[in-house]
Amino acid sequence: MESASVSHSPELARPSSLLASGAGWRRRAKDRTMTVLIAGAFALAMIPLISLVYEVTKRGIPGLSLEFFTSDARGVVGEGGGASHAIVGTLVITGVAAAISVPIGIMGAIYLNEYGQGRLRRALTFFVDVMTGIPSIVAGLFAYALFEIFLGPGIRLGVMGSVALSVLMIPIVIRSAEEVLKIVPNHLREAAYALGTPKWKTIVKVVLPTAFAGLVTGVMIAIARIVGETAPLLVTTGVVDSMNSDPFHGRMQNLAVYAYNEYRSPGVFKQAAYDKAWAAALTLIAIVMLLNIVARLVYRRYKTEIR
Amino acid sequence: MSQVDTTTNAGQLLAAASGGRRRLGDRVFSRTAVVAAVTILALLAGVAIFLVSEGYPAFTAAASELPEGKTFLDYVAPLAFGTVLASAIAAVVAVPLAIAAALFITHIAPPRLAQTLGYLVDLLAAIPSIIYGLWGIFVLGPAAVPVLKWLEEKLGWIPFFEGPASATGRTMLVAGIVLAVMILPIVSAIAREAFAQTPRKLAEGAQALGATRWEMIRMTVLPFGKSSVISGAMLGLGRALGETMAVTIILSVSGAVTFNLISQANPSTIAANIALDFPESSGLAINALIATGLVLFAITLVTNMAARAVIARQNHE
Repeated sequence: MESASVSHSPELARPSSLLASGAGWRRRAKDRTMTVLIAGAFALAMIPLISLVYEVTKRGIPGLSLEFFTSDARGVVGEGGGASHAIVGTLVITGVAAAISVPIGIMGAIYLNEYGQGRLRRALTFFVDVMTGIPSIVAGLFAYALFEIFLGPGIRLGVMGSVALSVLMIPIVIRSAEEVLKIVPNHLREAAYALGTPKWKTIVKVVLPTAFAGLVTGVMIAIARIVGETAPLLVTTGVVDSMNSDPFHGRMQNLAVYAYNEYRSPGVFKQAAYDKAWAAALTLIAIVMLLNIVARLVYRRYKTEIR
Repeated sequence: MSQVDTTTNAGQLLAAASGGRRRLGDRVFSRTAVVAAVTILALLAGVAIFLVSEGYPAFTAAASELPEGKTFLDYVAPLAFGTVLASAIAAVVAVPLAIAAALFITHIAPPRLAQTLGYLVDLLAAIPSIIYGLWGIFVLGPAAVPVLKWLEEKLGWIPFFEGPASATGRTMLVAGIVLAVMILPIVSAIAREAFAQTPRKLAEGAQALGATRWEMIRMTVLPFGKSSVISGAMLGLGRALGETMAVTIILSVSGAVTFNLISQANPSTIAANIALDFPESSGLAINALIATGLVLFAITLVTNMAARAVIARQNHE
């Protein structure tokens, strides 16, 4: 279809006009202009990335100190105090979300790739697509509505945040795991079957180990995607100044909401609060970058060569 | 000796094949996989059911009981307008840049650099939205103030730039540009994939006929990638519609319904309004916010479905 329209374009229909050198300089000039424009647009698109990394580093460093990582913000006004409660909260909330999402996501992908057929398979493929489009704030509202019905209005718990994040994480895990399982060559499975290995053992001992590096990479990238989520946690885990590492009791702080809150309600000592917000942002960006880089290294180092 | 071993192994395997243990293992494992699949569907159904059941009271409530004393429709309409406006700006800014970035990576940059450059673009997608928000209000906003002034003075006759220009940069235009940066990677990634798959014979054929690189791109790469770019743009739009924190932080809101992009008075967006009001709300106000979330869900769903439909139709061809 597309190729047909290409061959009908007038320039291609008359190759002699292309080869004629009379108007050649104009076409070359246009080629050069467009090349410069495209390269310029790419550079323009990169400016925010450079500016962002530079500004976050520059503004984040003044707020970083040992205290920032070791103490919480209980009773702190102005300078001092830290975000240890937010760091612990981020780890707990994300950890619980991963503990929910990874088994469901990978088993879901195994279903799609190894077992699935008929209506259930089609429904799952379709609704995973729908799920990838759920806005993060809507996932938060869902978790709130779910827990509110059972535990009453105004409820805020760490685990609510984990449920909200799971709604966002499951489709990412299932998509990446499905991609990885798909490229495990069929002859490996057939070789195992030929030896009489049952299907489940083939999956556990042949398919999953072959895909292992890709699965780990996918999970790490999924974690990197949700670890900085703010909106769903704002409506589920609440804001709190002191340490709480129990996801089933009381409000729980996390780095993203901490950064937002220090910006939103800086109190009298504005600069001190802003410094802490930027320090939290820098910590968050470091975690995300680290996860991304390690994920790529894992893949490069441990991926199974598939012939 | 070894031959005997092999035979015994094969014998054991055959025995196992007909035995109950293998079937039990298979049954347990395949059931677990089905349970995971059903759980995911149930989760999504749960999202819809709980949002509807908690949002429903707001649909039927009297105007006097709802926030701002308006009926639900009057309450959500300006927010929906703001949501669509901000996302439209984002798409208009992001799509050309994303196409250019994808072309640069696939056809202009040295092939050795392509992977690294693609990785840089993808990094933009990895940055958490709260950080975009802080960057928008502390860095881009102040930097945009003189530009907004210039737009008001020189282009003030266009309704978009009517002014008065904001002195803080907390305007719809700045919020839209930050959203554009956030959705650029997804649009660009989809375009990149399509451009890279342009059949070689088309590209080489065009160049063999003497086409310059730009002519080759215009005649083969762009037509080939057109529908992918359209669906990528719509997926990006869906992303922008639901984006919360950057808009929450950057936009100064007044509830005004206006196309004026550079002033201090802006409509809020559905997502930003939830993030701002939810922590301090109770009672029916919570139901109203959940109901607006449902409206947002519906809008993004329609956008994403349309994008998938474009992809599906293209795969058919």
